[in-house]
Amino acid sequence: MFDLSIVFSSVLNGLTMGAVYTLIALGLTLIYGVLHIINFAHGAALMVALYGVYFLKVKLGIDPYLALPVVVPSMFVVGYFLQKVIINHASHGKDENILLVTLGISIVLENLALLLFNSDTRNIETSYTLSTVAVGPAMIAIPKLLSCLGALVVSLMLIVFMRTTDLGRAIRAVAKEKAGARLMGIDVEHVYAMCFGIGLSCLGAAACFLLPAFYVNPTVGNGFVLVAFTIVVLGGMGSFLGACVGGLLIGVIESVGGLFLGDSLGQVGIFVIFILVLLVRPQGLFGLKA
Amino acid sequence: MKDLRAIAIFAGLMASVPLFVHSGVVLNLCMMALFATLLSQSWNILGGFGGQFSFGHALFFGMGAYTQGVFQIQFGLNPWLCLVLAMGSSAMLGLLVGGLSFRYGLKGSYFALITLAFAEVFRILALSANFTGAGVGLMLPLSESVGNMQFSSRVGFIWLMLFWVVCALLITAWLRRSRLGAYLQAVRDNEDAAQALGVDPFQVKWLACGLSAALMGVAGAFYLQVFQYIDPALAFGPHTSISALVGAIVGGMGTLWGPVLGAFALEILSELTRNLFGELPGINMVIYGSLLILIMVFLPRGFAGIRWQGLQRDVKRTPSSGSIGVSASVKGLEERLQVGDALTSGAESQPKSDRSKVQT
Repeated sequence: MFDLSIVFSSVLNGLTMGAVYTLIALGLTLIYGVLHIINFAHGAALMVALYGVYFLKVKLGIDPYLALPVVVPSMFVVGYFLQKVIINHASHGKDENILLVTLGISIVLENLALLLFNSDTRNIETSYTLSTVAVGPAMIAIPKLLSCLGALVVSLMLIVFMRTTDLGRAIRAVAKEKAGARLMGIDVEHVYAMCFGIGLSCLGAAACFLLPAFYVNPTVGNGFVLVAFTIVVLGGMGSFLGACVGGLLIGVIESVGGLFLGDSLGQVGIFVIFILVLLVRPQGLFGLKA
Repeated sequence: MKDLRAIAIFAGLMASVPLFVHSGVVLNLCMMALFATLLSQSWNILGGFGGQFSFGHALFFGMGAYTQGVFQIQFGLNPWLCLVLAMGSSAMLGLLVGGLSFRYGLKGSYFALITLAFAEVFRILALSANFTGAGVGLMLPLSESVGNMQFSSRVGFIWLMLFWVVCALLITAWLRRSRLGAYLQAVRDNEDAAQALGVDPFQVKWLACGLSAALMGVAGAFYLQVFQYIDPALAFGPHTSISALVGAIVGGMGTLWGPVLGAFALEILSELTRNLFGELPGINMVIYGSLLILIMVFLPRGFAGIRWQGLQRDVKRTPSSGSIGVSASVKGLEERLQVGDALTSGAESQPKSDRSKVQT
């Protein structure tokens, strides 16, 4: 039987990974909650951000954590214009069309990366990559601990932003009642694009926290897409609290499942949860309506 | 009848290509185009006519390919028999996945996501199981004979594939005329209204899913016979799902000839890029993705909808045009064009009679 301390460190490991998942899922759930579209290009956008962080480190020697103020705003700009220039013009009144366009965007981004950077898996070397601290009986890598803290801070910032600022109020208004918000003088297209931008800047932050303990290749986003969808569906589409709880939960399930079943079957566990939640409780744990 | 004649002409043309052309490049292009047509046409049955967008159609493709391989290699069955089994197992899987998803009322984006998740599950299962060859994949031993469904030249494969493409076209043509097809399109256009009129949405979507999956399974079996190799990424990976749906969307969803047009255009395009840029990894998919975006932004009805867009203004006056019009192929459009002309030219004063004319 497994030693309890192994299980404990596996849970801890899952929580840190889950924190990054949460960051990724927050962007997705924000976009879904407001625009009512499923951003299929989320994984590909994360891949772009990871490459950004990677090249900042390799070419300019900028530490991934110091790259935050560069990567987050650039991802915001990318998101803003993706929504404004492409996605906004493709809906023609049907949500499925947007799904197809974001699928197209993800195909293009992924294969452009393959064209430009080939399929090599790359990672970065930092002085702290391998340093660890002891938490109880387990050892935990410092980058993972930092990513956990970072995810917490970003989630809090996002929640405070949505509750206190004018833009946050406008976003919530548009999410609830688009036509009414427009009548109140809110520029709905602008709010949509801002949302998309904020969603992608969450990815920028996730990329900065992820890369020191992770790697990047053109298809790295694929692994995250379905996980992020699982979290969002599990937590309830559009629910921030759900994304946080779901992210941590999925991280732990993946880690503990991998411990007992082996890595590849642990992944199956996530997809099975995804399918079951979609079938049995599509509104998720914290969602209000079906 | 018009459809049948057109299909016969298409079949005759394609069947005679190998008799006159002996260039290996052209024959290969023909075969791959027919293969892509079968993928797109089968996606079109569920996605175009049924309005249920699957992002994981490779699920059924891989199921077909693995059935074909496993029964041949592990049990020594004849490939022709395996083909029937492949079709059957894919159809069963289609009915299972479709049954689950539609029974629980999944639609739109949710359906797309669940098909994708199923494809991923099967990819990982194929990676972990032993009888599928795990990560190494299955290699089909080479022994060329008609009985083994391994032809010495591309010609045999072209004719075999053409047979299935014609089957898919006949099914599609039948869907346009038949009761089931009408129900399916009604459910696509407005599920609630269709249900209120007595259509069982679950049943028609379920059947369409099984039909579409069966054809996809045939394509998978064919793939294994041609390339004699399959592994989990080739079988269940996103590439097949994407080429199936891009072909159908670029050509025109819910039409008879759109997917054929789309698949041939994409195949020729990717052949051209291969000649221009050589074997750059990913360039094909970049083009596929860009085309998908461009089509969605500028021509959401695909190539087959180009002429339709100009007519939209005329036909929109008729109350029922929305549901009929979208599903109309180019041929069907010409008929409707006459109705539209009649409406705009001489019918300002009698909208009632025109309305009845359009609805018949």
